[in-house]
Amino acid sequence: MDNSKIGQHISGQFNKELEDVRNKVLTMGGLVEQQIELAVTAFSTGDVEMAELVIKQDNQVDALEMAIDQECMQILALRQPAAFDLRLLITVIKVINELERVGDMAERIAEMAIQLSSADNKHDQYYELEHMAELVQEMLHGALDVFARMNVEDVTSITGLDENVDREYASIIRQLITRMMEDPRNITRMLDVLWIARSLERIGDHACNICEHLIYMVKGEDVRHLTQEELERKMKG
Amino acid sequence: MTAQQVRTHSIDVSSILRGQKGAGEPNETCIKVENLNLFYGEKQALHGVNMEMPKKKVTAYIGPSGCGKSTLLRCINRMNDLVDNVTIEGSILLDNENIYDKAVNVAALRRRVGMVFQKPNPFPKSIFENVTYGLRIQGINDKRVLEETVENALRGAALWDEVKDRLNDNALGLSGGQQQRLVIARAIAIEPEVLLLDEPASALDPISTLKIEELINELKEKYTIVIVTHNMQQAARVSDFTAFMYMGELIEIGTTSELFTNPRKKQTEDYITGRYG
Repeated sequence: MDNSKIGQHISGQFNKELEDVRNKVLTMGGLVEQQIELAVTAFSTGDVEMAELVIKQDNQVDALEMAIDQECMQILALRQPAAFDLRLLITVIKVINELERVGDMAERIAEMAIQLSSADNKHDQYYELEHMAELVQEMLHGALDVFARMNVEDVTSITGLDENVDREYASIIRQLITRMMEDPRNITRMLDVLWIARSLERIGDHACNICEHLIYMVKGEDVRHLTQEELERKMKG
Repeated sequence: MTAQQVRTHSIDVSSILRGQKGAGEPNETCIKVENLNLFYGEKQALHGVNMEMPKKKVTAYIGPSGCGKSTLLRCINRMNDLVDNVTIEGSILLDNENIYDKAVNVAALRRRVGMVFQKPNPFPKSIFENVTYGLRIQGINDKRVLEETVENALRGAALWDEVKDRLNDNALGLSGGQQQRLVIARAIAIEPEVLLLDEPASALDPISTLKIEELINELKEKYTIVIVTHNMQQAARVSDFTAFMYMGELIEIGTTSELFTNPRKKQTEDYITGRYG
């Protein structure tokens, strides 16, 4: 891990505080990643116990968010950071908000997994959902990796995946509609599956948002609300 | 509600967003420093400084001790002329006139460019006499003019309400913060164009400091202000532009908001974030 961006303050205590915030964010990121992994597994294997664990663990994600927020606020008040330090803290406050939302999405998936586990004939044709889950997990992991390395060079390869996610999402919706039309008794179940697909799609969006915040942190440029092409051009230029 | 109604009654965010960027109208240059080199004897204290300071804005100089901030500030009203063994090369243009031109009357220049120092230095005279000192030297003795000037200058320096009932008391009886504002009143009584402030708040308590900062904000309506400060947060609060100096060189100058959130040079970043240079 590259510490040169955080370290080297004359105040060693300040180094420690920033390092601590960074580590906590990475812990929170790891926890959220695990939550998605568990929720998706719970869904595809019909493991109710695992799904309940995910729901229970969400309060840990929330607690971390509040703790990190508190720490950032204290550093802002006591140290009046500037330049990169300031952008780092502002970015952390935004990133953990995104992560908390991702945690909620994982919880939602787990809830749907519990509802779907009681249905018969449950786990056919969910291959596409699993693939979509892999994609968004890759995106989130990439975004957290960028945060850990504080290097945004390859960030567009992560945000670029969102297009694939959206495409898969559209295709899953088409399939679900088809099945609803085939047999109206499927509708309730398909709506639950739709919630899962929707949650996964949102996780992809949050991962993109995190990437945008990280570009601001490293380069000081606000790149929100750009298309993928505009973003690629900006990162090259 | 129809779309048409929505359009006519819609909330206008564009005006809010316009104000955000700050810059807006172009700035007229008041002071322009060109290729300024300064030597104390053999030792070079300023190395080829080039910068412009806009009219009726606050420009702050920041940098570590001994980087040349005060030296540069003192060049603007030729205070360095008083130091032995100083050689100055290059020029400083005040409203397009070189103040180092041989034809320039230094006393007249200092009337146009007032200065306030780190430690308040009122004269051991009454408050009234302190403020009117500059006018009396110019030969103005009309009581009505003097009284009017005192009130305006003290109001301008946000001191009037505190001292209006004791204008004939000795100025040394005022608190440090009041003395500093008195000195500012003395400086603005002769209506200069430029105010140079050398660490104006470093010897004051936090409340007096805030009063001085508030005052700077009001004074920039009328004057071009250049301030040297060790307190970076203070520079960030009061100035429109900030210049970072290091070892006698101007490293970076830019709008204060840009310089403190996203400096272009690594040296600036290291200094304002408190890292080893």
